[in-house]
Amino acid sequence: MNMKINEIQDGIVEEFAQFDDWMDKYALLIDMGNSLEPLDEKHKSPQNIIEGCQSRVWLNAEYNDGIITFQGESDAILVKGIVSLLIQVLSGHTPDEILTTELYFIDKIGLKEHLSPTRSNGLVAMVKQMKMFALAYKSKKN
Amino acid sequence: MDKTTLEKIRSEFPILNEKIYNRPLIYFDNGATTQKPQCVIDRINYGYEHLNANIHRGVHFLSQRATEAHENARKAVCDFLGADKREEIVFTRGTTEAINLVAFSFGEAFCSEGDEVVISVMEHHSNIVPWQMLCERKKMKLRIIPMNENGVLDLEAYKNLLNERTRIVSVMHVSNVLGTVNPVKEIIEIAHARNIPVLIDGAQAVPHIQVNVKELDADFYVFSGHKIYAPTGIGALYGKEKWLNAIPPYQGGGEMIATVTFEKTTYNELPFKFEAGTPDYIGSTALAEALRYVQEIGIENIAAYEHELTEYATKRLMEIENMRIIGQAEEKSAVVSFLVGNIHPYDVGMLLDRLGIAVRTGHHCAQPLCDSLDIPGTVRASFSFYNTKEEIDTFIEALKRVIGMLS
Repeated sequence: MNMKINEIQDGIVEEFAQFDDWMDKYALLIDMGNSLEPLDEKHKSPQNIIEGCQSRVWLNAEYNDGIITFQGESDAILVKGIVSLLIQVLSGHTPDEILTTELYFIDKIGLKEHLSPTRSNGLVAMVKQMKMFALAYKSKKN
Repeated sequence: MDKTTLEKIRSEFPILNEKIYNRPLIYFDNGATTQKPQCVIDRINYGYEHLNANIHRGVHFLSQRATEAHENARKAVCDFLGADKREEIVFTRGTTEAINLVAFSFGEAFCSEGDEVVISVMEHHSNIVPWQMLCERKKMKLRIIPMNENGVLDLEAYKNLLNERTRIVSVMHVSNVLGTVNPVKEIIEIAHARNIPVLIDGAQAVPHIQVNVKELDADFYVFSGHKIYAPTGIGALYGKEKWLNAIPPYQGGGEMIATVTFEKTTYNELPFKFEAGTPDYIGSTALAEALRYVQEIGIENIAAYEHELTEYATKRLMEIENMRIIGQAEEKSAVVSFLVGNIHPYDVGMLLDRLGIAVRTGHHCAQPLCDSLDIPGTVRASFSFYNTKEEIDTFIEALKRVIGMLS
């Protein structure tokens, strides 16, 4: 359990809870995708790409003073919205915090279908990759 | 197709009554797989209830009955394709397995280092990868027929690709992404002038247009049952007898043998030589039922009505700003692929899904084609004779709403 990260998750859940209609939820997700800071072209390298069957996701991680910062992007706006949410939740924390986090917000905001492995949009691989970065930096630190 | 016929047809497909997110399902993903009419579903049940016994082996009554049903199904496929002999029909799991069979067995018999295989740029991965595997195995070269910006194959370039090292040509009859109906008769003629055999991938053709393998003079013709209203896991390979006799078996096992000793095994005659193991006799009989069903409606009627739907959908799509139809060949089957401005196909597909509309998005297992067009993929609506113009209207309204959200 990680209180700091869970507070962010709860905040997102609350934000989405104000809408009943799925259209409004999606509109919010699209807004989030649109307002995600574009990933620097230099980080759109082949090694940062996570290939999905349907859409592509780029993920860059940096590690400074014990904190991991993530940046990401996708070519599909709905995926980009989720990328933005994942970054809000997981970026700016220590490897331990990231590793012990259980991501429940996606399920709670009713966008679970985007994280279904069968959608093959690169998001499941992205979450895995974020945890892998945390694990790698953690072992580096030790 | 008149309203009464259409209503009757729709009532024969139980899944069309499904609600998706509380909306009536609009199924425009028929290029991926088709829905099944009640008679096909009933035939599967009938198979397990009345004729389930392993075929070609039993002395008992039930086995005889099952064997007869399976062999009658072979005859049905043979007639459907306009082939001469039932020995020329091999049951497979589908198009993919059929192409793999030919790529392997033909490759073993006729290909060696430095030889070439010709395919086209618009092929589905299932008509690329088996040939790539053959090329790797035998150190051969894959040559690619290009197309123009409308999605029409360049036959002049094709002619120039053929040479004394070309062993086989393999092209799709109808493109699953562009809808282009390729001039396969001409493609075959050109290859035959140089004594090169041709395989035609008919997966997207047989559900929509009349196919006659004799008229085409195809050496191999393959298709999948599930794309023509039959169950998944059954399909067929047509091969000219002379070729099927000249190539070795693909898989070994029961059924495909004549005699087995530990020193030497001799193989069964056609078509059993290519059907190792217990075949899907429930699937084959259901496939025969599906073929009977489409022939009852009439392929000509199906083709005419689906053409109407495709034209109508294209016309309505063109009302939308920044609409780009991918694939504008004159000869097109029941497929419309499109992109709107810079909107990603995934976004369109996900939001349409929430409105109860099933389309396919992505590269449609034809990545080289999308790369050649420099697009990430398309949104594809593919039609069947159970679809309606009213569904297309609902789809267009939904699409406009989705585009509004995304731009």
